[in-house]
Amino acid sequence: MTLFQLEIQLVAAIVAGACALPGTFLVLRSMAMMSDAISHAILPGLVVAFFLTGSLNSPLLLAGGAAVGVCTVALVELVRRTRLVREDAAIGLVFPALFSAGVILIARYAGDVHLDTDAVLLGELALAPFDRWIVGGYDLGPQALYTMSTVALASVLFVTLFYKELQLATFDAALAATLGLMPVVLHYALMALVSVTAVAAFDAVGSILVVALMVGPPAAAHLLTDRLDRMVFLGVGIGVGCAVSGYWLAHALDASIAGSMATTVGVAFLYVFLFAPARGVVAVQRRRRRQRWTFACKMLTIHLMQHENLPDAALECHIDHLQDHLRWEVDFAGNVVRQATQAGLIGQVGSQLVLTTAGRRLANEAIVRD
Amino acid sequence: MEELLTDYTLRTVALGAGLLGVVSGALGTFAVLRRQSLLGDAISHAALPGIGLAFLLTGSKLPLVLMIGAALAGWCATALVMAITGTTRVKYDSALGLVLSVFFGAGLVILTVIQKLPDANQAGLDAFLFGQAAALVERDVVTMAALGGVSLLMVALFWKEFKLLAFNEDFGRSLGLPMRQLDLLLTTLLVIAIVIGLQTVGVVLMSAMIIAPAAAARQWTDRLGYMVLIAMGAGALSGVAGALVSTSAARLPTGPTIVLCISGVVVVSMLFAPNRGLALRALRHRTSNTRLQREATLLDLYQLARQHAAQDHPHAEATLVAMQPGAGSLRRQLRALAELGLIRPVGKHEWALTPEGIAESRRLYSERNQP
Repeated sequence: MTLFQLEIQLVAAIVAGACALPGTFLVLRSMAMMSDAISHAILPGLVVAFFLTGSLNSPLLLAGGAAVGVCTVALVELVRRTRLVREDAAIGLVFPALFSAGVILIARYAGDVHLDTDAVLLGELALAPFDRWIVGGYDLGPQALYTMSTVALASVLFVTLFYKELQLATFDAALAATLGLMPVVLHYALMALVSVTAVAAFDAVGSILVVALMVGPPAAAHLLTDRLDRMVFLGVGIGVGCAVSGYWLAHALDASIAGSMATTVGVAFLYVFLFAPARGVVAVQRRRRRQRWTFACKMLTIHLMQHENLPDAALECHIDHLQDHLRWEVDFAGNVVRQATQAGLIGQVGSQLVLTTAGRRLANEAIVRD
Repeated sequence: MEELLTDYTLRTVALGAGLLGVVSGALGTFAVLRRQSLLGDAISHAALPGIGLAFLLTGSKLPLVLMIGAALAGWCATALVMAITGTTRVKYDSALGLVLSVFFGAGLVILTVIQKLPDANQAGLDAFLFGQAAALVERDVVTMAALGGVSLLMVALFWKEFKLLAFNEDFGRSLGLPMRQLDLLLTTLLVIAIVIGLQTVGVVLMSAMIIAPAAAARQWTDRLGYMVLIAMGAGALSGVAGALVSTSAARLPTGPTIVLCISGVVVVSMLFAPNRGLALRALRHRTSNTRLQREATLLDLYQLARQHAAQDHPHAEATLVAMQPGAGSLRRQLRALAELGLIRPVGKHEWALTPEGIAESRRLYSERNQP
């Protein structure tokens, strides 16, 4: 592994971490598509700031992008509040228009400089190590590393300082407002943070990957835990993991790094989606199946108890009668009887089913009424 | 204009862009009404890997082949979004953002792999990012027309069912209609509408062509039929306008130009449409506000007049000001009332009701004090 490779992975990992922090709250607040809108809409802000400063590394670019990002949020809110269109349509109207303006500005007036549309959309992480920060002849490493670290630090500070407020505003906005925590201010602060992160990251990874890193890892983390603090850490962890493995995927395929990182995010989410311990598709299916059998066994014990020691017990508790009375298929009934026997709920006397003590207790508990 | 009829390229471009506007306007109407605006965004981004894979597998750049690839990928993306929201607690917006960006990223990987292939003739695939109307040729337009025609025909055939789907799905189900299958059909048509436009507008901005014509049309009418027609017209108009402008000028990407055109149409519609338009709404608001204030002033004067035997007894302006603190425009209202012949000035600062004014006040008074 060369130094360049290490630096690229470092930048990618920091980008992923910086995106996952605000992303967690976007995902929880059902505003994931705002990351898509903002990461596209900051383009005209970037272009104008670029024309003003003539450089792609000026802090003004961050400020310009962030300002436009917050404006986008306000604009969407404004359009929505006219009640002429719904919120999703409002988002879908605002950001393509702003993005189009940015693309046209670039195509018309900045075609020859580094700022070209493909780079904005797709990013070029492989170039990050070439843009170095040199102070007094000393090479301090790639500039992107410092920009991203600053933004990541800002994210960490924001989330730690306002953790309680964020938590409350996310899960109970009304209570937050009642307690005077100003959820609206917090909302715009979060949006500003998303914008700054998107601006800082676009140069390295492009606007689409910003969406992947903001939404994917937190969404996966959301399936793994019910606690906000764990979700934040898991989101950052998954993001960093995806960034590094994405780099190596790109290395192996000789393909776009940003694209590969988005792909690994997809793979990671798919894995969690299928195999998460409690909420994955497999676990849910298994639980449903188990519940089906548990319920059937319970039904069987109740049925047996209802007819226990009654004259019709010989008929009702006969194993062949189950499909009549409980409307079970033959195979299913046999399976339930076997499972219930194994669980020690019933026993057999000849072809008669009888309850064990445990089975009777289960049936009694099941039909207790108050 | 004459050029449009004679110049082959211009004619092809205009036809293609117009077609895409018509189809996306019609299907977009349903998407917007069903709150699926952003699904279009996900589908169009998701088409990218489909295009790349179709090319990689077949080596063909036939529009139909690429469009089928794009449609399959878009369709998979939709199915995935539904699966994720249906089986886990991940919300709709997160599922959209995730699927959109992951598919797009995978598409990038495939495109970059294609670029590195030895002597791969990949020129033209890049155009799918931002669209390139100038690259449209006749066979593209023919494919677009065929697919678009079929989609529109389906919309016409299933008009009643789609209308139910958009407005009252449960009622449709209670009628015994196969709503799930209809939903599937309509989503498939939406995918086709998006795929048709990819070459002209590009995957990044195609969603705007789904949302914007419908959002503009919504302002002009409350009827689904008219809305679809207006959306088709608006889509076609901005499609043709944007494509022609971008073809005529150098370094003007087609997709963004078309999107700016249609966005302009949306802004105009939101401001000036009758009934819903913001500008007219504000104007109406002001007119009725002025009328209400004027009537309030008249009634104030009437209240004062009722204290006297002669109801045309004049009263001082200062009294009226005291009765309506905060109404800064009292002078103007009084002048307007005088112009209407309902009151008349007496001396310098006093006003009295005219006989018409008394009649009008009585009418208003009884109207407002009805049980």
